[in-house]
Amino acid sequence: MERHLDSQLERIRQNLLRMGGMVERMIGRANDALVERDEEAIRQVIEGDLEVDRLEMDIDEACHHTLVRYQPTAVDLRFLVAVMKIVNDLERMGDSAVNIAQSVEQLNREPPLKPYIDLPEMSRVVREMVARSLDAFVRRDVGMAESVLATDDEVDARYKQLFRELLTYMAEDPKTVSRCLHLLLIARNLERIADHATNVAEDVIYFVEGRDVRHRLAQAGRSGGSGG
Amino acid sequence: MSRDAEGVETRGAAAATEAEGGRSAGAAAVTEAERVVEPVATPSPPEDRAGETGRSVREAVRGAPRAGEPEPQLPGRAVPGPQAPDAVRVQVPDPVFDLRDLSLWYGDNQALRGITMQIPERRITAFIGPSGCGKSTLIRCLNRLNDLIPGVRIEGDVVFEGETLLGPEVDVNLLRKRIGMVFQKSNPFPKSIWDNVAYGCKLQGITKRSELDEIVERSLHSAALWDEVKDRLHDSALGLSGGQQQRLCIARSIAIEPEVILLDEPCSALDPIATAKIEELMQDLKDDYTQVIVTHNMQQASRVSDYTAFLYLGELIELDETDQIFLKPHKKQTEDYITGRFG
Repeated sequence: MERHLDSQLERIRQNLLRMGGMVERMIGRANDALVERDEEAIRQVIEGDLEVDRLEMDIDEACHHTLVRYQPTAVDLRFLVAVMKIVNDLERMGDSAVNIAQSVEQLNREPPLKPYIDLPEMSRVVREMVARSLDAFVRRDVGMAESVLATDDEVDARYKQLFRELLTYMAEDPKTVSRCLHLLLIARNLERIADHATNVAEDVIYFVEGRDVRHRLAQAGRSGGSGG
Repeated sequence: MSRDAEGVETRGAAAATEAEGGRSAGAAAVTEAERVVEPVATPSPPEDRAGETGRSVREAVRGAPRAGEPEPQLPGRAVPGPQAPDAVRVQVPDPVFDLRDLSLWYGDNQALRGITMQIPERRITAFIGPSGCGKSTLIRCLNRLNDLIPGVRIEGDVVFEGETLLGPEVDVNLLRKRIGMVFQKSNPFPKSIWDNVAYGCKLQGITKRSELDEIVERSLHSAALWDEVKDRLHDSALGLSGGQQQRLCIARSIAIEPEVILLDEPCSALDPIATAKIEELMQDLKDDYTQVIVTHNMQQASRVSDYTAFLYLGELIELDETDQIFLKPHKKQTEDYITGRFG
């Protein structure tokens, strides 16, 4: 039976995917801005954020509306709960992309410190995490969501490595401190985006299986709660 | 009966078999589909079913019933279909009713098919399912109201606090004192409010007016009706509103201090405010009575009950904590029903 509710959910899903696509593009353009010293890319990232914020509010409103009007249950309810959380994470990713663009703006006022290799690679991995977490949502693919969780550790390791490297630069030559700090901020923001992609993947697992996989340490201390 | 021991799936044991059950789901689905589409009018003999139920209980799986069935779609596109009649049921705390492979026929028409489940004490258990699924028949088995219908045949057993309810030696009047019932259509006696509540107690031989007064007041208080009727206790009960009449019927049930209250669609004729009052009342009564409610209104089941049993075509599909049923049911049929995809 085709339900009225289905068309509402479909519209929400379409908007969520649009928002996800925009965020992915923003992260990519922020990287272009860095590597190619592209002023236009910086502007696009900052403009993109406006649209992402707008979509966040639209989707939230549509979710509230659907909750009130249809009082959904089971998979429909889990879908909406997951969407409302994913939207929040996507919006934060957008903010991080803007932060990166702003750091790049500062960086581009000076000559490059060195050829950028690690940051673009980190950006690529992070974008892939975002894309895969959203794919997992669309396909209801728990395996794919779990692979995103695994990749987060890789990103964390890269961030730590970059941190050490930049520390050495700064110690050796204080004139590089300003640039190093901006590069560090960029790495930090990429690492944050990866964390948000991890949250999205966790929400996908909740949506598909009704299973809460967050905070394993805290879970161990809970009595189990009701309803799993 | 060794099957009884297996009849109750514990969460731990089921979780252990989860992976295995998920893999076997595809193979099982074929035979299950065949069974569900078979006409209701040609029931399989109960002796055959006994073996089947034994198997099904062992295979009952908590979680991942749809493993191996990728659906790259948004929720809502799944096509409902007959699936997996092997019931999923949790162990309930302090079971007071124990239904054992209960089947019931109205003449040739089988209304209940091998229902095995327990109902917990001092909690609210809701029966949900589409019209004709057997939920009203099932609740009527709990105080033998089906006895009154000619041509009814029952197999299996209903055990209440360790004793069978179905034997000819059971005193049905005494039973219905212990297990009260409230019906869809409120049915106050054409007497005064006071008489309605005191009636059952008088039948039991209580004659002292002061004692009866006390019972009437206490029962009306419990049914959250006292304040509305205390000044007109001797007016006709038929002058009350529908919601008040229904609460009067609950007061009448409570007056004889039953252990169990059965409610068969108690709110279906009431407006939302009267419905809310009955639901509040059910929560207030929870500490003292075991309550079983049949309802068409799934939101009501999710609001009031602690446990929910989903029935379909006379079979128990799933019994679980209400939160679990409405957040993440284990059976696709349950999910399709509560999300409005069929039924």
